[in-house]
Amino acid sequence: MYTLRVLIPTLITFIVGIVLVAAIFIPRSPFREMDQHFSTYFDIVAAFAFILGGGNLVRMHGDKVYRKARDWPFSIVVLVGFLGTLIFGLLKLRMNFTIVPAGDYIGTGTWFKFIFDSMFTPLSAAMFSLLGFFVASASYRAFRAKTREATLLLVSAFIILLGRTPMGHYITGWLPDSLSWLDIPNLSNWILSFPNAAGQRAIMIGIALGIVSTSLKLILGMERTHLGGEE
Amino acid sequence: MAEVKKDWIYKLGRLDRRIIFFLIFLAVALPLLLNLVLPVHTSPIVDRLFDKIESLPPGSKVLLSLDYGPATAPENQPMAESMARHALERDLKLYIMSLWATGPGQAVLLIDMLGREFPDKVQGEDWVNIGYKAGNQGLINAILLDMKAMYTTDVNGTSVDDIPMMADVENLTDMHLIAGIGSGFPGLKEWVQFAGDRGDIPVGGGVTAVEAPLLYPYYPSQLLGLMGGLQGAAEYEAALIRTYPKFKETAVNAVELMGPQAVAHTVIVLFVLIGNITFFIERRRERKI
Repeated sequence: MYTLRVLIPTLITFIVGIVLVAAIFIPRSPFREMDQHFSTYFDIVAAFAFILGGGNLVRMHGDKVYRKARDWPFSIVVLVGFLGTLIFGLLKLRMNFTIVPAGDYIGTGTWFKFIFDSMFTPLSAAMFSLLGFFVASASYRAFRAKTREATLLLVSAFIILLGRTPMGHYITGWLPDSLSWLDIPNLSNWILSFPNAAGQRAIMIGIALGIVSTSLKLILGMERTHLGGEE
Repeated sequence: MAEVKKDWIYKLGRLDRRIIFFLIFLAVALPLLLNLVLPVHTSPIVDRLFDKIESLPPGSKVLLSLDYGPATAPENQPMAESMARHALERDLKLYIMSLWATGPGQAVLLIDMLGREFPDKVQGEDWVNIGYKAGNQGLINAILLDMKAMYTTDVNGTSVDDIPMMADVENLTDMHLIAGIGSGFPGLKEWVQFAGDRGDIPVGGGVTAVEAPLLYPYYPSQLLGLMGGLQGAAEYEAALIRTYPKFKETAVNAVELMGPQAVAHTVIVLFVLIGNITFFIERRRERKI
């Protein structure tokens, strides 16, 4: 039983993996069509993942409410928010409680749009806005030039912070053309285009090599831990 | 154990974070209330994107993907609006879609704006909203091969066969430019990797300030141009106003927000400087003890 449970998914992974890799290098029939079909299947599976995720959310928070676990009132908020938004979206319910048979679920005058504009948008904006305050506080407490590397990071941060706003031009905009490379916005662009790009490229190449080796191990069935059970 | 001197330097180094929060609040609120607008200078990375749209002949197809939500809308929405304005002003065909579930809400706001500013432009002929589909980069891969297999209708339920704009669109390679406006995964990076590179389609767009450094390795060969954060959005607006003065009153969202951002950034820099000055003074004192 274990053998079948491992063998079948491994075989599917092997076939799909080989076909999709081949499709990149051989964009001809039948690989091209197979790539197209697999991409469509992937999107259908992705849509089902929403049902799985939603079901899991309801089960987890429903269980919390049922058991009166810690912070269970918040789970009620989650459930009401989730189910309310889901029902309004699915029914495409208008504000006057008539059902829209066709059209955009987030169209003007729908409850879904009201929820999105009046609840989701301000709450998301408020949560994201808090970052600015925390960044300022954390920078003040922790951003210290204790070492040479930290000093380099600090100077770069100053240049980027000022260079990404008109302040940079105010501070160094008066410099003559011969010294324009010292203009803060120019320095900011240089840091992003050269040292930053070089570092990012190195990280990305490292990640890509890791993905290739992990993918090969998965496709060839050498890595089976994701299937559960023994190695 | 030597006694630490608890004078104002000591106290300044341990400033109550509520004071910092209050000063940041003032740094953002005052420029907004005083309507502080600072001049914006464009950079080559934004100019290149602007010039691309400017050079496209009328009727060219531009795919605008809104891969963000309300949280980053202050940075991303002005980018999307500026690019949409520019595309319609140039008589380009605008295809709006989203890889994020929160994107359709932003698309509604964008389309409302287009309706106000371009009343003569017709849905289905000049612009179309094909909406959101799940699948992340898998969706990009699918529409690179066959767009109509994934999108059978627009957001209003109109069949793509009845939309004039969709008549000569088979897949992503029919697009003359892909403009991704995003704030994470999936976003502009995935558009470069799964559409731009594979389909040899020009890709450009805008991302939040924190994500912009991650996109620089793709510029200039794989990524046509990039709007990085609010500054990038403001630069595009500045370029748009410079070329089309008619947008002087409407396309200023990012330009107006640059005032508070500039002051807030300066305040953070000052905080870090003060923090370091107190740190060095205290360290020198400790060495003397």
